[in-house]
Amino acid sequence: MKVTVERMELLKSLGHVHRVVERRNTIPILANVLMRAASSRLSLKATDLDLEVIEPIPADVAAGGATTVPAHMFYEIVRKLPDGAQVTLESLADRTSLAIRAGRSRFTLQTLPESDFPDLAAGEMTHRFTIEGGDLRRMIEKTQFAISTEETRYYLNGIYLHTPPGADAPTLRAVATDGHRLAQYDIAAPDGAAGMPGVIVPRKTVGELQRLIENGETAVDVELSQSKVRFSIGDVVLTSKLIDGTFPDYARVIPLSNDKVLKVDKKDFEAAVDRVSTVSSERGRAVKLSLSGNRLLLSVTNPDSGSATEELEVEYEGDPLDIGFNSRYLLDIAAQIDGETAVLKFADPGSPTLIQDGAGGGALYVLMPMRV
Amino acid sequence: MPGFCRDCLAHAPEPGGRCRACGSPRLIHHARIDRLAIAHIDCDAFYATIEKRDDPSLADRPVIVGGGRRGVVSTACYIARTYGVRSAMPMFQALKLCPEAVVIRPNMEKYVAVGRAVRSLMLELTPLVEPVSIDEAFMDLSGTERLHGMSPAKTLARFARRVERELGITVSIGLSENKFLAKIASDLDKPRGFAVLDAAEAQAFLAPKPVSFLWGVGKAAAARLRRDGFAVIGDLQRADEASLIRRYGAEGLRLARLSRGIDLRRVDPAREAKSVSAETTFEQDIATFRALERRLWTLSEKVSTRLKDKRLAGSTVTLKLKTADFRLRTRAKSLSRPSALAEDIFAAGRALLERETDGTRFRLLGIGVSNLVPLDEALKGDLIEPGASRVGAREQAVDRLRRRFGPRAIVRGLAFAADDEP
Repeated sequence: MKVTVERMELLKSLGHVHRVVERRNTIPILANVLMRAASSRLSLKATDLDLEVIEPIPADVAAGGATTVPAHMFYEIVRKLPDGAQVTLESLADRTSLAIRAGRSRFTLQTLPESDFPDLAAGEMTHRFTIEGGDLRRMIEKTQFAISTEETRYYLNGIYLHTPPGADAPTLRAVATDGHRLAQYDIAAPDGAAGMPGVIVPRKTVGELQRLIENGETAVDVELSQSKVRFSIGDVVLTSKLIDGTFPDYARVIPLSNDKVLKVDKKDFEAAVDRVSTVSSERGRAVKLSLSGNRLLLSVTNPDSGSATEELEVEYEGDPLDIGFNSRYLLDIAAQIDGETAVLKFADPGSPTLIQDGAGGGALYVLMPMRV
Repeated sequence: MPGFCRDCLAHAPEPGGRCRACGSPRLIHHARIDRLAIAHIDCDAFYATIEKRDDPSLADRPVIVGGGRRGVVSTACYIARTYGVRSAMPMFQALKLCPEAVVIRPNMEKYVAVGRAVRSLMLELTPLVEPVSIDEAFMDLSGTERLHGMSPAKTLARFARRVERELGITVSIGLSENKFLAKIASDLDKPRGFAVLDAAEAQAFLAPKPVSFLWGVGKAAAARLRRDGFAVIGDLQRADEASLIRRYGAEGLRLARLSRGIDLRRVDPAREAKSVSAETTFEQDIATFRALERRLWTLSEKVSTRLKDKRLAGSTVTLKLKTADFRLRTRAKSLSRPSALAEDIFAAGRALLERETDGTRFRLLGIGVSNLVPLDEALKGDLIEPGASRVGAREQAVDRLRRRFGPRAIVRGLAFAADDEP
């Protein structure tokens, strides 16, 4: 293999694929990135066996072929090469190393044979649809924070993507929860999504996908089956296994009939919660919301350091109420509200609270109260 | 100098000699004996003393209470201590020092009962009793002079006499102006002791002691202090408080105060447990995961039972391992929410254990739960599992069976094996 590529192009693609590679690997080949040169393209591929990313870049191919090199080291080398450099990659005659040349720099990296590189056999994909990049990005943004990291309930370690039955119009819905909070975001179902199986997309895949669609508004092709999902963003293809488990019946915890309704200026509320929670000792201390009439009193008491209160003018319909929440969780949700008003709907101090954007939109949040 | 006889509480004007009233030599004097009110009570060789009480034939023989061939010494009686036997010493070493010792397996139920009896005698004197362990507690007798019609010192002497008469064991008492000094004092005159130490004396007493003598100064902290030129407590006493704070922060203030015999902690009867744990030393070193796992389950159940008894749940699980060459490894893991369930504690501990079983031989395994909250809060459930989970329901059923039919009535398959099975 012998190819010449633009350093900028190579760096951008390596930046995408090398992140998939785990820092610590027991299987040596998984630490490597696969490069395959053919017909004016160099295609880069990395995998952790659950997730693979393939990204091609334009290349001047002098001799076709393929090889693998350690991903993180290769990335570091390319990163440190001067801007605008032309990078030449050449498999050496000993067949166990790759020469990297740019300007007066020359590196040789040990290679592993490309035939050892694993392939995430995708199998037959049963459903296909196209989703706007912006829609997909919002679906991730609005729900990602609620993904659980707890290993015992592994089926919560991702975003549940599905088309809920009984919706008024065909809907594609993303749901994530860690048991303390739940986030849900709906968009109109794209053509072809109807009848798709409900799938749980793993947290790491969600993170990689988010980086790939960071600023592009390009449409994303989604293909899926019972066990795999594939996202194609332009030339970049991300294929991932799905979490093999059943997502819990989340609909029954969404308290749609809560009747005590609070409307509060989102910015004021967020800033006030942030301020009073300063006196909390550890992350996740409770902030108490005391509601009566059109007055909301936020308070935090920390027996080790002191206390804080702040009062807000609000719109509130319902009997006086004292209820506590984890301040971190409250802030996470407030950060997702784009409109000027946040709407909180309570039942009682022990039951889940519903939070929505006053401006509407496809998002809703459920938060479990804490005892205060 | 004020003083009295510890046996009959009669006034004793002069130090030395015998009590004029009863002839006892156990007189005690101290310039401030009538003023001091914070005491540390420590039962003498607690487990061994109870065993001797229950079997008078042991009275003049060395007795060691501890577990098995491979276990460690829980308590050595004062006769055994003259051979150099100490608590926490491995049993084989203790038996080498004192081959004729009578070794008794601990009977915790009995000791707990005696410990409770001692505590209830303390509570008759003041509600301000802060238990430290089964055989140790702090008492604050300030303001009880009118109630008991005598000084705290005399109240304590009378208490010690009553423990001896009614429970058949002896205690040592340290009387001072704060917890730190009281604890030091109770150690000065053991067994059956009564020592008084005030802050002025403490300065001189502490000065030559190594810094590690201070409560809360472990190996690492002591090494750092030594490097900085603080080898003995006297070095800290000479240092200016502000400069210690500048160098060590809040810890510096604490060191400055303790070195001068100042300790502002109150005797707090409600001091809550920070963690609940259980551990075991094996008869033979164990390296295999399966064998460790089985014991981990038993320990997890023990911790779970203790948590449930105290109506507590915790969200951090800590695994403790000691290697065959006495190196300590501790590993911790957070639970997604507080739990008191043996299953949850075990699952977290097991995940930690898996990473540590690399062929190393271990002599001790322990597991603990910290970050405690009231149990009711933990049972509340979350969005996904409202209320008590199925696991919780199963464990409650097992707990009910055990309460009715005894602790061995139902045993999980994983733990169903003889103790000596690998």
